[in-house]
Amino acid sequence: MTMGEQNLASTASSAIGGPPLIEVRNIVKNFGPVVALAGVSMNVMAGQVLCLLGDNGAGKSTLIKTLSGVHQPTSGEFLVDGRSVVFSSPREALDMGIATVYQDLAMIPLLSITRNFFMGREPVKGQLGPFAFMDMAYADRVARDEMRRIGIDIRDPQQAVGTLSGGERQCVAIARAVHFGAKVLILDEPTSALGVAQTSMVLKFIRQVRAKGLGVIFITHNVRHAFAVGDRFTVLNRGRTLGTFAKAEIKLDALQQMMAGDKELQDLSEELGGTV
Amino acid sequence: MAEGSRIDAVAPAAAARDERLARQSGLRRLLSRPELGAAAGAVLVFAFFAVAAHGTGMFAADGILNWTTVSAQLMIIAVGAALLMIAGEFDLSVGSMIGFAGMMIALPTIIFHWPITLSVLFAFVGALLIGFLNGVIVVRTGLPSFIVTLASLYILRGLTIALSILFTNRTIVGGVKEAAQGSVVSFLFSGTIGDSFFAWLADHNIIARLPNGDPSVRGVPMVIVWALVLAVIGHIVLSKTRFGNWIFASGGDANAARNVGVPVGAVKISLFMLTAFCATVFAACEVFEFGSAASDRGLLKEFEAIIAAVIGGCLLTGGYGSVIGACLGALIFGVVQMGILFTGAPNDWFRVFLGAMLLIAVLFNNLIRRQVVSGR
Repeated sequence: MTMGEQNLASTASSAIGGPPLIEVRNIVKNFGPVVALAGVSMNVMAGQVLCLLGDNGAGKSTLIKTLSGVHQPTSGEFLVDGRSVVFSSPREALDMGIATVYQDLAMIPLLSITRNFFMGREPVKGQLGPFAFMDMAYADRVARDEMRRIGIDIRDPQQAVGTLSGGERQCVAIARAVHFGAKVLILDEPTSALGVAQTSMVLKFIRQVRAKGLGVIFITHNVRHAFAVGDRFTVLNRGRTLGTFAKAEIKLDALQQMMAGDKELQDLSEELGGTV
Repeated sequence: MAEGSRIDAVAPAAAARDERLARQSGLRRLLSRPELGAAAGAVLVFAFFAVAAHGTGMFAADGILNWTTVSAQLMIIAVGAALLMIAGEFDLSVGSMIGFAGMMIALPTIIFHWPITLSVLFAFVGALLIGFLNGVIVVRTGLPSFIVTLASLYILRGLTIALSILFTNRTIVGGVKEAAQGSVVSFLFSGTIGDSFFAWLADHNIIARLPNGDPSVRGVPMVIVWALVLAVIGHIVLSKTRFGNWIFASGGDANAARNVGVPVGAVKISLFMLTAFCATVFAACEVFEFGSAASDRGLLKEFEAIIAAVIGGCLLTGGYGSVIGACLGALIFGVVQMGILFTGAPNDWFRVFLGAMLLIAVLFNNLIRRQVVSGR
């Protein structure tokens, strides 16, 4: 959280060259007659947090789902490490190192921390006929270590995820993605349902992840949260990019106004549209 | 005081803290075991009948055989039902499947004079295919399995009666015992093992003899062996394997599981096939035991299997439960059903007891679930 740590992170990120981890150019996505994305361009570099800001209906979720392989773009370019890609499933995106942490779908409350952490990526220690045996001792150890690294001291990795707080659950989900080799993390409103203390816990962890050299796409409504960790800010509106700004180029107030002003405009036009 | 985490932050006195937390975690772990309720229930039920059925022969060798057999039959289908329920689905066609599988064994054998082994093989393949269909329809359409398998319940029961009438003009097809005389499958489903051990027990007056001089228990019936084998395999698969983790994940949150690459559809389909397999084992044991297939076999067994699973701590909403719990549920079921007969109480009370037991189990499970997810 100190300035020193932040400077260290930004110098580390500028040292890493090469093409962006993910880049989209003029992405268009139509659902039948509905235009969800009308030409969105953005990119994220290694060791960088790109904040995706926008109001409801701006196309944030469609963009995430396109980046994570759930939807296929109608047109436009989608580059990973400078190479053009087409994903037909989330699994393919995951295999390319693009991991998405959904706000509500990240964890199964009744399952243990260990079982959640290794869900879909179970460590196997032996095979008997069709059945692969899980290495529970290893899984427990890794889960406990990863939790400790985030700063959550769990009593028992076999305890249900439901016993963790919302912020801790988000952190576990992010730690899981990092552990399994994600290069780009897409975080879908990870702080929107959290209180102040929980939010700072998640934001702190996002910085840790950036310092490791991962690219992070951080989707949020909240300009303050975005400004706390973001390096660059892309503002979406009605399926288009309003612009991308580096942190040095724009003040928090200006960013806030860009979203809020737009909101006023919408409210105004709604009012006028009703009477005029 | 129990808010461990808050206190740790203030006082990092490592040794004292660890000791206290370890104890709390152990207690919590025990409390959050899904089979806790069923284990307590089983102890209560045994204690009750130890007193109520004292001197009735319920706990003599043949009495024990009696209620373990009933429990084992239910256990066979309860294992499948529990695993499927943990994966978030129901199979209401289990009971009808028992009747239909019995007919798939008896009709080819009696009417078309197939070798008995071939008929049994045919029944298993047919049942797995029906299970597969149930699963595919549920997974592909996304309809509730309750409705899809309710349809199968009627279709299979109807087919069982219709085919048996069509081919034999009656609803009970007998003569299987004669056709299966001395065959391997007959032993596999209705034989006994450990006969010499029980003869030795009788020789040493540890167990009683029948009037004709045979020991009161000839051996352990294969139905019990099947139940134990299925229970052990089911328990190991659920708790120790990758597939087991997928079962929990599919039932806990199918979307979350799919997002991390769990093949939710395949898991569910294979478990629908498992319940059909279990129903066929149940059917084969009955067919070779009685030497006949009847079109009303397995009536209401789907509910008994679900009840055993729920008493055993499986949540109806999926994602939580245990095979051991379901087996204890089946044991409670068998002990109470037979215990009421032994004590001479009117059999009608069995259903009253069963309903009450189910209600208590569900309330208890709800409590446990809240306990599990409320850590702090």
